[in-house]
Amino acid sequence: MSSPVKAPVWPVLAGVILCSGMLGAIVAVEDQRLIVAMLLGFAAIWFAARRWGAVAALERSAEQHPGAVGGAILVAALAGIALLHEDNFGFLMISTVLLFASCCIGLTIQLGYAGVSNFGAAGFVGAGAYTAAVLNWLPWMPDLLALIGGGVAAVLVGSLLLLPVLRTRGHYAALTTLAFGIMFGVFLDATPIVGGPQGLKLSGVNLFGWDFSNDIRLGSFLISFYANYVLLSLAIFGVAIFVASRLDRSWVGIWLDTVRLDETACAVFGVNIGFWKILAFTAGNFLAGLAGATYAKMLGFIAPNNFTLSDSLMLVSVVILGGIGNRWGALPATAILVLLPEKLQFIQEYRLLIFAVLVVIILMASPAGLVPRRTRRLDPHLIIGNVGWLTRLVPHARSVPSPQRGEG
Amino acid sequence: MDIVAQHLLNGLMQGTMYGLVAMGFTLFFGVMDVIKFSHGDVLTFGAFAALVAALLAQSGGMGVWVQILAMFAAAVVATALIGTEIARFFVLPLRHSPTLNILLLTMMLGTVIRECLRLFYPNGGNPQRFPALLPAGGINFGRAFVRYDGLILLAVGLALIALVHWVITRTRFGLAVRAVAEDEETARMMGMNFRRVVRLTFALGSATAGVAGVMYGLYYSEINYGMGVLLAIIGFSAAIVGGLGNLWGAIIGGYLFAGLQTLAVALAPAATEYKTFFAFLVVIVVITWRPTGLLAEARSERV
Repeated sequence: MSSPVKAPVWPVLAGVILCSGMLGAIVAVEDQRLIVAMLLGFAAIWFAARRWGAVAALERSAEQHPGAVGGAILVAALAGIALLHEDNFGFLMISTVLLFASCCIGLTIQLGYAGVSNFGAAGFVGAGAYTAAVLNWLPWMPDLLALIGGGVAAVLVGSLLLLPVLRTRGHYAALTTLAFGIMFGVFLDATPIVGGPQGLKLSGVNLFGWDFSNDIRLGSFLISFYANYVLLSLAIFGVAIFVASRLDRSWVGIWLDTVRLDETACAVFGVNIGFWKILAFTAGNFLAGLAGATYAKMLGFIAPNNFTLSDSLMLVSVVILGGIGNRWGALPATAILVLLPEKLQFIQEYRLLIFAVLVVIILMASPAGLVPRRTRRLDPHLIIGNVGWLTRLVPHARSVPSPQRGEG
Repeated sequence: MDIVAQHLLNGLMQGTMYGLVAMGFTLFFGVMDVIKFSHGDVLTFGAFAALVAALLAQSGGMGVWVQILAMFAAAVVATALIGTEIARFFVLPLRHSPTLNILLLTMMLGTVIRECLRLFYPNGGNPQRFPALLPAGGINFGRAFVRYDGLILLAVGLALIALVHWVITRTRFGLAVRAVAEDEETARMMGMNFRRVVRLTFALGSATAGVAGVMYGLYYSEINYGMGVLLAIIGFSAAIVGGLGNLWGAIIGGYLFAGLQTLAVALAPAATEYKTFFAFLVVIVVITWRPTGLLAEARSERV
């Protein structure tokens, strides 16, 4: 199926150039007043673009030219690395943004697509990070396995919560993951074998002999070793976007929507609610764990207070701030969250306050977020393998008492 | 034997506090079907208001009982005001938006309150000493030593639970609350002022939390800006385990949670750090077993 009007490719290119230019400028500039002026300018550009349909045009174009999006982002990233070449801190921030955004895309699959609430996301990120740290004790363990192991560990931890998540709804389901997040923090703090409150140290990534801790030399041109992590984070972000867009644009996305919007109607049409909830929950946790493991490897040090309740809330806020159900929204929202307090030192102390006020304003004034979700361009031929038989693994949901009256 | 009595009293005290917090959650849920997560930080705000009132009364040279009275009055007024204004400006306008949005909105409002206390209260980032106003000392029950302040606070807490219960079940206002909780539309058609009932309910629930905050301060003689976070989650769990919207459920849930924590401490004194872990684990198991709480309404929907 193709839509009647073929969108041109130039909005993608213009959009990527503009966005990466803004990101790079924020990272590179140090003068506080200039940063504030730039931010105001970017906000104006953003609202103008939204007002006059440029964002919508960009999204339309992006959805029809996925290859162009990927290529343009890769070129922009390489150009950015070449320009910022020795800015360690800048690279660190960009990687952090990309990893946080990947994790938020996982949350988007859970909250935005399937409507499975997850208020313990930091716990899953932490499960990935601590797995990477523990696997670091085994000298023969290849780092690729350690990173994937982080994702798998988050999935395994999440599978312990499957039964409560499937049986409860609404606020009751929110409590399950909330309680898990608290339990995870208490456990880390109280268990000396994983370092207790002091946390654990890790070594950097080494993929197939490519040591991420070495600076890159191209002739006499020196690039900080953090650029390796930018590329790795970009790859993970790419995987996250790819998975989310495959899920969303195939029939699976429609099923997930029905599960979120009306479980009764869903069951009437024979959709296996339990299976799709498990799928979304698992996919989201895997992304969170993978991002967590990579983050831990990049920082070289993790402690329980990196994975607290307020971090979980932060991640959910990013999803809402970006626009719930819109996978691309995670990127500008995390950029605001991570970059602003780092670049504007004078708000450092007030950042949580400012962030909370910002989220309150967004929720009151424009609950759809920065990049509201648009109607998908369905691709019925897009098949993620034939997953039909998998649904038989999960029995259909039986009668579940309704937790609250009149919940829409 | 004496150690059992100690644990029992401590558990009762904590259970009363958790129950008071949980009652707020269940009241808000009853009238509006929303969870107001800023509840814990409203509690903290009440405790800080009480601290300021006590310090002011102290510098004014008032007697101890006046100070105590000023404390409770300040906490009740401050929390009732902030609770009803949150309902008016934030929860009522958004009550038709998705559950997630309201949950997040109130969490962020709580963060705003918490951060304001941390940043703008003098030296707010550090724990604040709470004046020990209640009579020191205690009496021996057999071999168990019972502090007077603990007994007084327990009595205050139980009296408050009884009072809220009386208000909800025996007064005209309580009837209105129950009517709105049962069926908002019919209640409105009967001429009830829905917004007013909601705002008063939020005032009542928040004031309950304010008293719980003062109890916390007097019992532990220290308060800090972040103390409401865990209390809110525990109160929320207690309300959920009991069954949202059910006053008795909240009280039972509160004592259950405190009982679990106390049990964990009593059974494994070497691993007291895990008591909250254990209690939340049991909470998850309980709501898996009874997905709508222990005292849930028996409504079922076939899916």
